[in-house]
Amino acid sequence: MAAPSKRSQWREELQHFRKDHGFSKKVLLNCCLVRRIVTWASPNLKDSVEDELELSAVRHRPEGLEQLESQTRFSRKELQILYRGFKNECPSGIVNEDTFKDIYSQFFPQGDASTYAHFLFNAFDTDHNGSVSFEDFVMGLSILLRGTVQEKLNWAFNLYDINKDGYITKEEMLDIMKAIYDMMGKCTYPVLKEETPRQHVEVFFQKMDKNRDGVVTIDEFIDCCQNDENIMRSMHLFENVL
Amino acid sequence: MAAGVAAWLPFARAAAIGWMPVANLPMPVAPAEKNKRQDELIVLNVSGRRFQTWRNTLDRYPDTLLGSSEKEFFYNEETKEYFFDRDPDVFRSVLNFYRTGKLHYPRYECISSYDEELAFFGIVPEIIGDCCYEEYKDRKRENAERLQDDQEDNKDAKLPNMTFRETMWRAFENPHTSTMALVFYYVTGFFIAVSVITNVVETVPCGSAPNQKEVPCGERYTVAFFCMDTACVMIFTVEYLMRLFAAPSRYRFMRSVMSIIDVVAILPYYIGLVMTDNEDVSGAFVTLRVFRVFRIFKFSRHSQGLRILGYTLKSCASELGFLLFSLTMAIIIFATVMFYAEKGSSSSKFTSIPASFWYTIVTMTTLGYGDMVPKTIAGKIFGSICSLSGVLVIALPVPVIVSNFSRIYHQNQRADKRRAQKVQKARLARIRISKTGSSNAFLHSKRNGLFNEALELTQLPYKMNLSDQSSTEDDQRLSKSTSLLESQHHHLLHCLEKTTNHEFVDEQYYQQSYLEAGLQSYPSRSPSLSSQDGVTGTCCSRRSKKHHGALANASAPAHMKPLAHTHTHQQGLQELSTIHIQPLSTSRSSLNMRVDDPAPLNCQSSQITTAIISIPTPPVTTPEGDAHLPAGPTHQNIVKVSAL
Repeated sequence: MAAPSKRSQWREELQHFRKDHGFSKKVLLNCCLVRRIVTWASPNLKDSVEDELELSAVRHRPEGLEQLESQTRFSRKELQILYRGFKNECPSGIVNEDTFKDIYSQFFPQGDASTYAHFLFNAFDTDHNGSVSFEDFVMGLSILLRGTVQEKLNWAFNLYDINKDGYITKEEMLDIMKAIYDMMGKCTYPVLKEETPRQHVEVFFQKMDKNRDGVVTIDEFIDCCQNDENIMRSMHLFENVL
Repeated sequence: MAAGVAAWLPFARAAAIGWMPVANLPMPVAPAEKNKRQDELIVLNVSGRRFQTWRNTLDRYPDTLLGSSEKEFFYNEETKEYFFDRDPDVFRSVLNFYRTGKLHYPRYECISSYDEELAFFGIVPEIIGDCCYEEYKDRKRENAERLQDDQEDNKDAKLPNMTFRETMWRAFENPHTSTMALVFYYVTGFFIAVSVITNVVETVPCGSAPNQKEVPCGERYTVAFFCMDTACVMIFTVEYLMRLFAAPSRYRFMRSVMSIIDVVAILPYYIGLVMTDNEDVSGAFVTLRVFRVFRIFKFSRHSQGLRILGYTLKSCASELGFLLFSLTMAIIIFATVMFYAEKGSSSSKFTSIPASFWYTIVTMTTLGYGDMVPKTIAGKIFGSICSLSGVLVIALPVPVIVSNFSRIYHQNQRADKRRAQKVQKARLARIRISKTGSSNAFLHSKRNGLFNEALELTQLPYKMNLSDQSSTEDDQRLSKSTSLLESQHHHLLHCLEKTTNHEFVDEQYYQQSYLEAGLQSYPSRSPSLSSQDGVTGTCCSRRSKKHHGALANASAPAHMKPLAHTHTHQQGLQELSTIHIQPLSTSRSSLNMRVDDPAPLNCQSSQITTAIISIPTPPVTTPEGDAHLPAGPTHQNIVKVSAL
């Protein structure tokens, strides 16, 4: 005779089980039913517990000092100083967006820096995994502090280009501008008007958008910035920050 | 600035590169670190225990001892370390504050020694973190109470020039002050006891003549008891009158509970004196005698515990009310059930629902007198359920009352809590002040460092040669007033100002300028740029109301509509030039003038209009202005509320 099918096998086992443990058929059925109901009601029970364990156990250790040294333009000592400050504020080794916003907001007590911090976060989080690790942090800083003007402008373009499609539209620029103006807060002189960001965006596009197609591409941006004395000078402003 | 993130200042400054392409003004020069020394380890020797930390860590809080130059007083040249002759255990918390930005209060530490250490190191206790703040405040309050109690004990020494009345009152309130008071205290206590015992014994049946029925002692020895009663009432009356005389506020005294008890205790006697002859009201008179038992409450002046019990019951009023309410509910339910269950049986005692109340109460409190018992089976079942639930219903609120009692007994009274709330408000106010302190520091340094900034802000090519010489002076001046960290932070904020071409001002000035601008009923505004001389004017400052949120949409659209026409700006200038600006800001106005030099700005007078924005760009051609006009109205209809 052919091997008993799975179902009949299961049935047999169940019967054995019942006999061994003296459960009546009714009780067993109820148990299965209850278990079914429980798993139906909370399907993610098992997963959520594991997820929670994972989250609390996230610790990020950066790559070695030598590797970072080679990848960035910082010296060993500078990397040490940077890491110490980083780890002090974020003991788990990574920064998530809320912490990032908190930290950045502390520098601008009068206004609301959270929107701009959001954009900054996206600019630093190059692999878009929702958290900034020390490597991301240091790479970003390396460009900003030690990079060539080209790289810096590239970084700024990346910051403005919110959806990273290679074009800065007026809406994106308006968002960025509003975020910057938000950081000023409301107690400003002269009093902040609503269309100030918009006007500022207009001025910006006036300057940057050479072919008047409504978007600013990276080449237009870099080209225009390199021709502007003020911008060029200000790019070198923070070189000795560290 | 919050120091925990001092390490991130380089990052914030680097990220400021994001503003550069957007800014239209040149950026201020960064503060130079004249002696850029590598971060070094400092050794702090506190009574022999050595702590080491980075110098930068200590520099985070420049207004404390360790963060400022005050620590140089403690520098030991030979051993090249800073020596403090203080408690090393408390110093641990202090140093951790610098490291982590949070101040913790260790529970094993004595509160006064901790306070002293904090005061020594110049740290304000209000910044203790939330995790430890309650504990700290509780301990502080306990300590204050303890000291207060000690003081009060000392205060009992008789002050030389108290009036007779005050002496009497003090004698009444604190019997321990003088011998007379003590005597008085015991005498009244004795007579209260005598009076109560008399009342009790009055009703005991004494032996009687053999052929008469037993009479209570009160009726047998009427005269004796009457004399006793009179004596007690005399004493009580005299005492009451004396207290009334001595009380500092007679009205308040008469309203107090104790005096009411006194009055109730002696009143029946006098009423009895008046009414003895009238037979009709003798029944009422008998009832009045019941009130004599209230004399026993006079003992509460002699017992602290009684007073606390009374206070507990008063404060547990809600729990008691709940107990009563739930009991009532249960009684009604069960009485109804029992009545209907026992209705069928003959000769049942459960004649009505109110009659069943008695049974239910007796059963629920597990008394079980047995005068009413259910006879039917249903009645017995429900009766047993009733007694079981009674135990539960009574057992639940009682622990609450008990815990209330112990809480009141051990912990703070209501007055202390009210005091604590005031302190909490003060604490929050101080934290708020320290938070605004950081922004105020920036504004403050702006005003102070005007001269320095004026030097810096002029065009760099001109000053390139001179900057080296002047910068050292500036740096010295800068470093005198602000630490490097602060100056860098201020530079960052300054860059933001330049990017947006607006300045930070303090709340006061902003309110002022807003009010003044609001007073002007200048209805319309013009789009940003005009073709004339690069002057931009926007006159409608009502839109700034948006920032206040409350009026956001109400008034704004009303002003947005009549918008199409432009007003010339000269006119606008003339009209608004009547606004006076406080002298405090003349420096600001001059700063404005210097700042906006590159731009063709019109605000030459010191009476600057508050509502003018200038966007200093190269002169814009007319098409731009025209292009704005049609675009203008559409923009305003979208009232975007800022994140503020």
